[in-house]
Amino acid sequence: MSNNGRKIKSDWNLIGTPMRKVEGLDKSTGRALYTDDLVFPGMLHGKILRSPHPHARIVSIDTSSAEALDGVHGVVTGQDMPTTYGIIPWTPDEYPLCVDRVRYVGDGVAAVAAVDEDTALRALELIEVEYEELPAFFDPFEALEADGSTPYVHEPKKADWNGNVTKKVHLEFGEVDELMDGSDAVVEGEYFFEGSTHTAIEPHCAIGLWQAGGGFQRQDGESSGKLTVWSATQVPHYLHRELARVLEVDQAHVRVLQPLVGGAFGGKSEPFDLEFCVAKLSMITGRPVKILYTREEVFYAHRGRHPFHMKYRTGATAAGKLTSVDAEIVLDGGAYASFGLVTTYYAGQLLCAPYEMPAYRFDSTRVYTNKPACGPKRGHGSVQPRFAFEVQIDKLSERLDLDPIEFRRLNFIGSNTRTINELRVTSNGFMECLESVERESAWKDRFRKLPFGCGLGVAGSTYITGTNYPIYPNDMPQSGVQMQVDRSGRVAVFSGASEIGQGCDSMVAYIAAEELGVPLDYVRVLRGDTDFTPVDLGAYSSRVTFMVGNAAIDAARKLRGMVQEAVAEEWDVKPGEVLLAGGLALWAPDTERQMHVKEAFNLAEAKFGTLGSTGSYNTPKDVHGEYRGATIGASPAYSFTAHVAEVEVDVETGIVDVKKIWVAHDCGRALNPVLVEGQMEGSAYMGFGEALMEEQVFKDAEHGRAGLHDAPSLLDYRIPTSLDTPELQSLIVESIDPEGPYGAKEAGEGPLHPSIPAIANAIYDAVGVRMDRLPFSPPNVWRALEAAREADTLRKPILNPGAGAPTSTPELVPGD
Amino acid sequence: MLRLPPFRYHRPATVAQAIEVMGEHAGDAMFVAGGTDLIPNMKHRLFEPGHLVALKGIEELRGVRIDDGHLRIGAAETISHVASNPEVLNRFPALADAAGHIAGPQLRNSGTIGGNLCLDTRCTYYNQTAFWREALGYCLKKDGDVCHVIRVGKKCVAAHSADTPPVLMTLDAVATLVGPDGQRSVPVRDFFVADGIVNSRRAPDEIVTELRIPLASAERKQAYAKLRVRKSIDFPLLTVAIAADLDGDGTVRSIEGVVTALGSRPHVLTGWGDVAVGRRLDDQVVDELAERAHKQCHPLENMIVDHEWRRAMVPVYVRRALEKLGAA
Ligand SMILES: Cc1cc2nc3c(=O)[nH]c(=O)nc-3n(C[C@H](O)[C@H](O)[C@H](O)COP(=O)(O)OP(=O)(O)OC[C@H]3O[C@@H](n4cnc5c(N)ncnc54)[C@H](O)[C@@H]3O)c2cc1C
Ligand code: SF4
Repeated sequence: MSNNGRKIKSDWNLIGTPMRKVEGLDKSTGRALYTDDLVFPGMLHGKILRSPHPHARIVSIDTSSAEALDGVHGVVTGQDMPTTYGIIPWTPDEYPLCVDRVRYVGDGVAAVAAVDEDTALRALELIEVEYEELPAFFDPFEALEADGSTPYVHEPKKADWNGNVTKKVHLEFGEVDELMDGSDAVVEGEYFFEGSTHTAIEPHCAIGLWQAGGGFQRQDGESSGKLTVWSATQVPHYLHRELARVLEVDQAHVRVLQPLVGGAFGGKSEPFDLEFCVAKLSMITGRPVKILYTREEVFYAHRGRHPFHMKYRTGATAAGKLTSVDAEIVLDGGAYASFGLVTTYYAGQLLCAPYEMPAYRFDSTRVYTNKPACGPKRGHGSVQPRFAFEVQIDKLSERLDLDPIEFRRLNFIGSNTRTINELRVTSNGFMECLESVERESAWKDRFRKLPFGCGLGVAGSTYITGTNYPIYPNDMPQSGVQMQVDRSGRVAVFSGASEIGQGCDSMVAYIAAEELGVPLDYVRVLRGDTDFTPVDLGAYSSRVTFMVGNAAIDAARKLRGMVQEAVAEEWDVKPGEVLLAGGLALWAPDTERQMHVKEAFNLAEAKFGTLGSTGSYNTPKDVHGEYRGATIGASPAYSFTAHVAEVEVDVETGIVDVKKIWVAHDCGRALNPVLVEGQMEGSAYMGFGEALMEEQVFKDAEHGRAGLHDAPSLLDYRIPTSLDTPELQSLIVESIDPEGPYGAKEAGEGPLHPSIPAIANAIYDAVGVRMDRLPFSPPNVWRALEAAREADTLRKPILNPGAGAPTSTPELVPGD
Repeated sequence: MLRLPPFRYHRPATVAQAIEVMGEHAGDAMFVAGGTDLIPNMKHRLFEPGHLVALKGIEELRGVRIDDGHLRIGAAETISHVASNPEVLNRFPALADAAGHIAGPQLRNSGTIGGNLCLDTRCTYYNQTAFWREALGYCLKKDGDVCHVIRVGKKCVAAHSADTPPVLMTLDAVATLVGPDGQRSVPVRDFFVADGIVNSRRAPDEIVTELRIPLASAERKQAYAKLRVRKSIDFPLLTVAIAADLDGDGTVRSIEGVVTALGSRPHVLTGWGDVAVGRRLDDQVVDELAERAHKQCHPLENMIVDHEWRRAMVPVYVRRALEKLGAA
């Protein structure tokens, strides 16, 4: 990474400059501790027995032989934890282990704790489960048509409902049909986004430790205990709540610790079976119990991107203004709800910027099928519709003979405005994003002008910076940070934020160092422990920098105020004239007057007593409409992105070589540009992988056995290697958000979105072939090329700007 | 992480010792070289030998040298040494190319050429965990009685998936095998049989000790092409190796093409001599050769990648290999 073109901010000492990650050296030297690195005296190893059937009733489970095996200390089944849970409080539909029914190949039915992994595995073989197989649903459309003659994936809540439907959302804004009918051009398209999974490098891992008694005496006289769980989770707070509820332990006696996490991407943002199992097995055995998933189990735990079946109609005037958007979306949810209720809303709600839509309707339905549950993956719920919509815009631009970047400019929604679905948009740097990628890619000289086989494509997007409301309704802050300074000049930051590799520990350290004027290595970030850190809701929906950052500023400034006051008193000056920077307290009018920050802290401690402060952040509540569902998609700020992708298509093989992606992203302010670029590159890489190769797919009855994961390994589930990865150029755009910490918004998820449609649009520019189905894998592209050859449409599309508007009668352009 | 089944690990110093240890544990032992194929397969419970006999520590099995009109490659020589050896690069560039395209750098540093020759066949219904295969109901090759690729009949068609054997075949390489009954030579061309369960003529207690390539083969124009999705790590979806003797003016005296990653053994393309001998490799000839290859190759659904596409790629990759050969 170079410093080229990177603005070095002068308003702050550290903020805006390239800085190391606080845990970077530990990670690169191997010193960093992940959950599986932890070993405790007497620790047992657990394994989970999983269902070999996609849908079956559990008739009986006999664990006696397993229990009798030498070295086995405990066995649990669903009956031991018969309480449902679910990350969304309205859809608890999972048991820690299945109680009476299994719903996908890989669903957990029993767990064993033994002296070592091999003994635990032998014990699993001794557990006898009798199943009664049930007909299963694999296709979401078939699941939608189910009439109850065979068991639904879940029992319906009401007798006449289809139990295969998780959620249906229908929302309509403006005069959709009227405006569509009055459009000069309407493009209609059908799109399919194949499911994909997260492939975080660290498999899920958890350790449970039950300390009976533990000094706690319950009111009813029974002795209780204390439960500690270490887990590679991205939501320690929600895990804390669910462990207490499901295992019936007082929440005050549950402690969740989160060691460093080796990537998550949304795949660790809800409780999983292993966390309950290690806890329960420890309660039974009285010993610490560890479970580490195999890679195969990670594929079964899944919660990755939903397959989306999408239909879009998009209208525009001859002058290139969007008129109306109509969407119909079916989400293939897999066996459990997970975050699905939210996904069903996000599928529609997050589309309404950065372009102005005079009218918009979406109909979104999430369906249960007998496959591993889908959930949130980087860009939750909005990557799929964004793909379809940005391709729609490309088609519409072509139909209207407009340059697609120009089309996007024409429809820019602006800043400080509301979307058609009434979401408040504040800062918006989308126009700068478009300009950056247009300039850097030499778009004007090259779009539609490269030789046949080579092409450029553009796409734009927006994403939330955190959700406005917590997952369970409450009025408490979304984030809290606690700070204390000591006599050595050191600052301790107690942060509940979930470090999953994205850099949030570093972010709070930068803020503490900036605000209190200490060198960065004077800051200790104490983290990942619900016993001593204030609550943060978790690392999801790109909320952490914005929310925890604001909480950290709040805490730091309270402390700074005290230090300034104490120093001002000593120097007999105004507190506002005291600066804290570079390890010193300085008098602004004459910086020769200074003292070491440690002395300043000591003065403050002498004046105020022991120094500590707390800070918190909660979202503004007037940023959305009043209709049902209006709060879902509401965020205190939105990020904006534009990509241009350059591809070369091998027309004989269908192999698409993505040569370069220009990634421009409005992150509000880059607190540390190195970390922002890392997120931008990582996002573009991940989108590129989904575009070209990733697919979480299953065998069917003609291929072995229906419902079996096609390839639950990283050899066959292909993600790009470094050799496959295109050159990525990050172009940071800073719109300085009025409410973000120093103006910052998110950078972790937004920059993924446009990769996929930009590549699709580039393929069209290269060979005139539309790829409306993911992935653009060589066989899929080859099939599309063959079809185009057959139809004699395989050629470079022509750019004909200003060729005149189409006739005023709306003409349907079928999305091939 | 997947666990390995328990086994005892033996480290003989000589081939003779290795054969002896193997004899002591007959039926319950396997040779291991780099382990890059065998170890994952053991984790999948495809093999559960009680004893592993390591070959990499045996000095006789290492080294690349010229001797007796041949290039002799010790069977336990690593793939990365074969790919970077100057003699291999100069005389047998297609072999270096094929070796350099195997798996990824770490696997090439530990995998061996002997292991590549003896690589187990691969199939989407076979290279899976014990749990997955149990859910499937197993298959003919291991623990079951049906083939999920060819659902009628009792034949396993798992794919031969090694990169170097097709090249070795076009270079007339010969493998030396040593077993309890002594030594024998088997041309690589005759090494494989059309049975996906065990696809070679090597007996379980025989060691491949070396590969010998006649130096005369270095006179041939050679080319190799590999189809895969990613630029590293992936096994071949199709491999084409071609070698030809050309006259000074480019007239073909002899030509041979071998493709693999289709069925259980590499396939020698037939009828190529009829097309090309006495002619130059011009566009017309290249097209005819590619067409012949296309007619003969029928990829099966033993891999998760679209078999119709793989079939369509046969003439494309044959053409590309021939173009490389022409340019060599
Ligand atoms: C992720 C991954 C990707 C891969 N990609 C490729 C690829 O692209 N192309 C490719 O060709 N291969 C590939 N492989 C397979 C493997 O790495 C290579 O084929 C390698 O050359 C095998 O050599 P080895 O020494 O590791 O074999 P081992 O695993 O040690 O042995 C393989 C088999 O051969 C037997 N054996 C080994 N040496 C001898 C000997 N001298 N005499 C008798 N029997 C012997 C063993 O008993 C065992 O049955 C890949 C493997 C992995 C894990
Ligand atoms: S080809 Fe058939 S028998 Fe052979 S491994 Fe594959 S499924 Fe099994």
